[in-house]
Amino acid sequence: MSSLLAASSADVPFPILSALVVTPFLGALLMLVLPNGRPEYFKQVAFLVSGAVAGMTAWVMVEFDKHTADEFQFVDSAEWIAGLGISWTLGLDGISLWLVVLTAALFPLTILAIEAEHTPKAYYAWLLLLEAGVMGVFLALDLFAFFVFFEIVLVPMYFLIGQWGHGARAYAATKFFVYTMFGSAFMLVGILATAFLTAAETGNAVSFDLVYLAEEQALATTTARWIFLSFAVAFAVKVPLFPVHTWLPDAHTNAPTAGSVILAGVMLKLGTYGLLRFGIYLFPEASVYFAPALVALGTIGIIYGAIAATMQKDLKRLVAYSSVAHLGFIVIGTFALNTEGLSGGLLQMVNHGISTGALFLLVGWIYDRRHTRLIAELGGLQKPAPVFAAVFMVVMLSSVGLPGLNGFVGEFLALLGAFAAHRWWAIVAATGVVIAALYLLWAYQRVFHGPAEGDNAEMKDLTWSEGAIMVPFLAAIFVMGLYPAPVLERMEPAVDALIEHIEGNVEDFDEADADQGEDLDVDDLKDLGKKKDSKATDESALVEGGAG
Amino acid sequence: MLLDLAFLIPAFPLLGFLVILVAGRRLGEPGAGWVATMAMGGSFAAAAAVFLGLLGEDADERRHVQTLWEWVPVGDFSVDIGFLVDPLSITMTLFITGVGALIHLYSIGYMHGDENFSKFFLYLNLFAFSMLMLVLGDNLLLTFLGWEGVGACSYFLISFWFTEEANATAGKKAFVTNRIGDWGFMVATFLIFVTIGSIEYVDIIGNAEGGHISESTATWITVLLLIGAAGKSAQFPLYLWLPDAMAGPTPVSALIHAATMVTSGIYLLTRVNPVLAEAASWSTDLIAWVGALTALFAATIAVAQNDIKKVLAYSTVSQLGYMFLAVGIGAYIAAIFHMITHAFFKALLFLGSGSVIHGMHHDQDMRHYGGLQKLMPITSATFIVGWLAIAGVPPFSGFWSKDEILAYAYDVNPVLWVIGLITALLTAFYMSRQVFMTFFGEYRYADVRPEEISEIWDTRFATAEAAVAEAEAGIGVAEDGIVKAQEKLDKAAEKLEQREAEMAEADESDEKAFDKATKNLEKAKEGVVKAQETVDEVTVSVDAARAGVDTARANVETVLAAAASAGDDLEGISDDDLPAAVKERREFHPHESPWQMTVPLILLSGAAIIAGVMNLPFSKDLHFLEKWLEPTLYGNKHKLGLSGGELWILATIAVVIGAVGIAAAVAIYLQKRIPAEKVELAILARGWRYDEAVTDFMGGPGRKGFDLVAWFDATIVDGIVNGTGRLVRTAGGRLRTLQTGLVRSYAALVAVGAVGLIAWFLVRTTF
Repeated sequence: MSSLLAASSADVPFPILSALVVTPFLGALLMLVLPNGRPEYFKQVAFLVSGAVAGMTAWVMVEFDKHTADEFQFVDSAEWIAGLGISWTLGLDGISLWLVVLTAALFPLTILAIEAEHTPKAYYAWLLLLEAGVMGVFLALDLFAFFVFFEIVLVPMYFLIGQWGHGARAYAATKFFVYTMFGSAFMLVGILATAFLTAAETGNAVSFDLVYLAEEQALATTTARWIFLSFAVAFAVKVPLFPVHTWLPDAHTNAPTAGSVILAGVMLKLGTYGLLRFGIYLFPEASVYFAPALVALGTIGIIYGAIAATMQKDLKRLVAYSSVAHLGFIVIGTFALNTEGLSGGLLQMVNHGISTGALFLLVGWIYDRRHTRLIAELGGLQKPAPVFAAVFMVVMLSSVGLPGLNGFVGEFLALLGAFAAHRWWAIVAATGVVIAALYLLWAYQRVFHGPAEGDNAEMKDLTWSEGAIMVPFLAAIFVMGLYPAPVLERMEPAVDALIEHIEGNVEDFDEADADQGEDLDVDDLKDLGKKKDSKATDESALVEGGAG
Repeated sequence: MLLDLAFLIPAFPLLGFLVILVAGRRLGEPGAGWVATMAMGGSFAAAAAVFLGLLGEDADERRHVQTLWEWVPVGDFSVDIGFLVDPLSITMTLFITGVGALIHLYSIGYMHGDENFSKFFLYLNLFAFSMLMLVLGDNLLLTFLGWEGVGACSYFLISFWFTEEANATAGKKAFVTNRIGDWGFMVATFLIFVTIGSIEYVDIIGNAEGGHISESTATWITVLLLIGAAGKSAQFPLYLWLPDAMAGPTPVSALIHAATMVTSGIYLLTRVNPVLAEAASWSTDLIAWVGALTALFAATIAVAQNDIKKVLAYSTVSQLGYMFLAVGIGAYIAAIFHMITHAFFKALLFLGSGSVIHGMHHDQDMRHYGGLQKLMPITSATFIVGWLAIAGVPPFSGFWSKDEILAYAYDVNPVLWVIGLITALLTAFYMSRQVFMTFFGEYRYADVRPEEISEIWDTRFATAEAAVAEAEAGIGVAEDGIVKAQEKLDKAAEKLEQREAEMAEADESDEKAFDKATKNLEKAKEGVVKAQETVDEVTVSVDAARAGVDTARANVETVLAAAASAGDDLEGISDDDLPAAVKERREFHPHESPWQMTVPLILLSGAAIIAGVMNLPFSKDLHFLEKWLEPTLYGNKHKLGLSGGELWILATIAVVIGAVGIAAAVAIYLQKRIPAEKVELAILARGWRYDEAVTDFMGGPGRKGFDLVAWFDATIVDGIVNGTGRLVRTAGGRLRTLQTGLVRSYAALVAVGAVGLIAWFLVRTTF
């Protein structure tokens, strides 16, 4: 990663990454000046803007050079607050690429799928601002810029839950806000400490540049550990990790559908991405030091979240708790600190966005039709709505981690990596797949199986437009399950560079990986076991021997 | 090269699946069924071609890997979508596609008229595809893909008639229980990868044979794979999903829950036999004992089941136990041999039971059958073949394969052999019982059933009881009448006295008054007489009521006596008393099934008769299956150390044991010399209460534990958070003079805290 600052191989004159952040931001501003007379314009404009972002992202994805996926590409740097060493630096590598793609894909789909219940102007403006913030978080290579984006994200989500939510929405929004702010405060301290202490140690000017700070590794071990913890608290809240997860079920349950989709789809990944990019990259020694604790917390999250999900009575709350469990897999994979685990965790971030995003959309559509999310009030929906049920089944099985669908590969790799590094925790964590089958299949049975009575018998099946929205989700579920290689190929160089970075900066660190046996070809098996056969006596036959 | 056609084997059912997915509704019935069946036929043809290709190679060269694409490439962990073609996998594919094609054909008849006809074949093809991926995969992960894929299809198909709550529950139970096993499979895969850096079978086999897997590691892998295999192949303690899985349509039970999917565990353990060879002997002994005890345990339960499919389900668990026993003692070829013959005869038996169920209005209770031999001749004849095969009657196929397992068991551990023999006895018994109850004896379907008779008597008894109660109530009324009449009499007497007094005082001079008094007196006298009459009348009616009660009570006794004397007979019940259901049944005529169903039955019965020729024990030249599979066992097969004479004796004992089982069933169910209750114990009917105990635990303490976690989360974890929030708010409220927004105050608080922390850091590091 030494050549990180070397410009990207794709030599673009156009600051494409800045465009990914600025376009939705401008879109949000545009929304404010649109006339109120034609409310349908708001949705159309929001879709066009997010669609444009998706288009640009598609171009970035195609142009992304997989051979240099360990370097930041399309880097876009400008001075911002020069006196404080703060810069506007955006860049993309194999780690952030897929999260950016996920974000760019999820926003237009969500905008298309869900109508604003009221005041569309503000609703779509907040959504676009949210997209700008999330993009910024995934692209920022400057600690200060990262923090700003990280905080910006909070505001639209706070208002989306608070004003377009259901039930105890004010409580949920406040809880979400306060919780995250609590974490952010620690991170702000951490960011400032990192920058200023590095400056103090090296005698250089203060800089918030991520790559510079990470490569410099100027901090004393204990200091770095403390600062790592301050970052970890912020990200742990965001992930969320046990025991700071309780804002999530409330936020999800009371958020409007779009809020839930975005929250689960991309916002939770701000935490796991942060742990990866800012935790491990900036503080390799501390990450190695605290890895067992984080793996333990991740494992607890898997089991605890799954058990809590099983007992939920509200379908949306159930999916929310399942997120706690799924994010646990990401954390244990990440802190396995080996190629399999890190890649698995990263892949699982994308997969969870697809599966849980789709699941929240489907639950939202059930709510639109039935005006309830209580499992006990639903039942037998498969009879009146077979296509809906089939789509729900596929998405659910992807969430259960059925091989051949997307959820499996990431989950498996994360567990595999964790097993290599922390065997017993992984063995415990793997029981999470049993409970996942239990809570999702049980929920499915209670919602879709059995006889349909009353309003349930009248449930409308999936419409063509809803079906069209699900097509990209289903396509991603199958493609990522059967042919994840293109995604993994682009991640791996970046993941390997990160591991090399740890190895280069942490003495005694040994990537916990597989022992190597003999690599054999099918023809090598030819003579195996022959000796045993020739030594042994032949099997007796009835005719030969005694009777013969 | 023929071997490169291997990809076609799973490709055909996948294609069938896709065609039905896209055009299923348009294809409808029977089009979708034919598409699916032809896909399986194509798959079978491809498997046969690959088989010929393998035969063309030297025995040692019969191994080929076909790689399609890289599936999961991450660092050292690189897994392909690739197929390992060798005698073991091709043997599996041959019977999976062969039996599978027949069951697909059968299903066209069986599923006739179902509103989700095409969906059924959609799942069936998807299942076949997954099953073929399972056996053809060249690495553990691809096998796992098939492994979970068949589990998912099994789940879809068990809960196929999902509007019934019980079917949905059974499907879920199957999937979740299987997932417990899958946990073992996954962890085993991790352990293998961490040990040798690969999960390809070629590497696993080579490294195990090359001594790169230590004994303790191999032992753990074996135990973990056993957990996985016990889930999929329904062994104790994870078997309990299989009996419930009978909720699915019967072709599903035949294909998935008898012939193919449930044998996956045996396949997997056989596939990695070099690892088992490295493992400590206690772990392979464990496999053998799990198998032997499951075989015995399930056979005892099968004895007391009345549902025709439940008998076969427990029988399947029991037969799979034999195969585990064989694998555990290193008799891999015997295990595969029995797997194949079992696939034939158990698929035959399940399809036969499906034919019976189809012909009998979906009644599955064998007590309602009887005498179907004449009504369903083809079903009956083929079912009898299946019975003789599973009961171990020579020369039917089951005899040869079971006998081989028993011979190995005797060689390794006579105790295992004895368990196997007892199981064989029970098998012969419960299968004979099934055949006798279903096809032999009197035609019982139109009979009035004991429960219906007792219902009639119950109704009569209830009526009589009601009459008693009514009569008793009559006494009460009458007694009330007496009291009232007595009161009236008393009043009348009083009046009389009064009048008499008036009379006495009456002035005789006042003629008018005197006359009146006299009249009054007369009237009073009359009144007393009338009242007395009423009292007498009422008293009589009370007596009558009492007598009525006695009669009613006597009637109850009569009814009871009549019921007792009638027992299960129709004595004292006329046709008019019978419930409508009986009349309906009398109108109903069981029918033989259509050709789509009988043709597979005939073909499978042929296979069940002759499959033994694959591996006849008379001469080494006849050990075709053994020679064929040997290269995949790398010399890890247990070498039988018995002489030919010993084998003859063992075979004779096995035949005698089977005959005893059949004879016992004849005595009980045909000649009725011994009442069936003597063997059909309640504890057996309830499966030793194991399922109940597990269900009770899950619904009781298990659920409470889960609830506790949910409560802990909502009350303790979140409670602390909310409590802190309230505390801060109260404290803030005291500090604040202006009413500011909640969020803003928090933000301010946070900012202040942050600045303080920064200061602390700076100070701490500067000095």
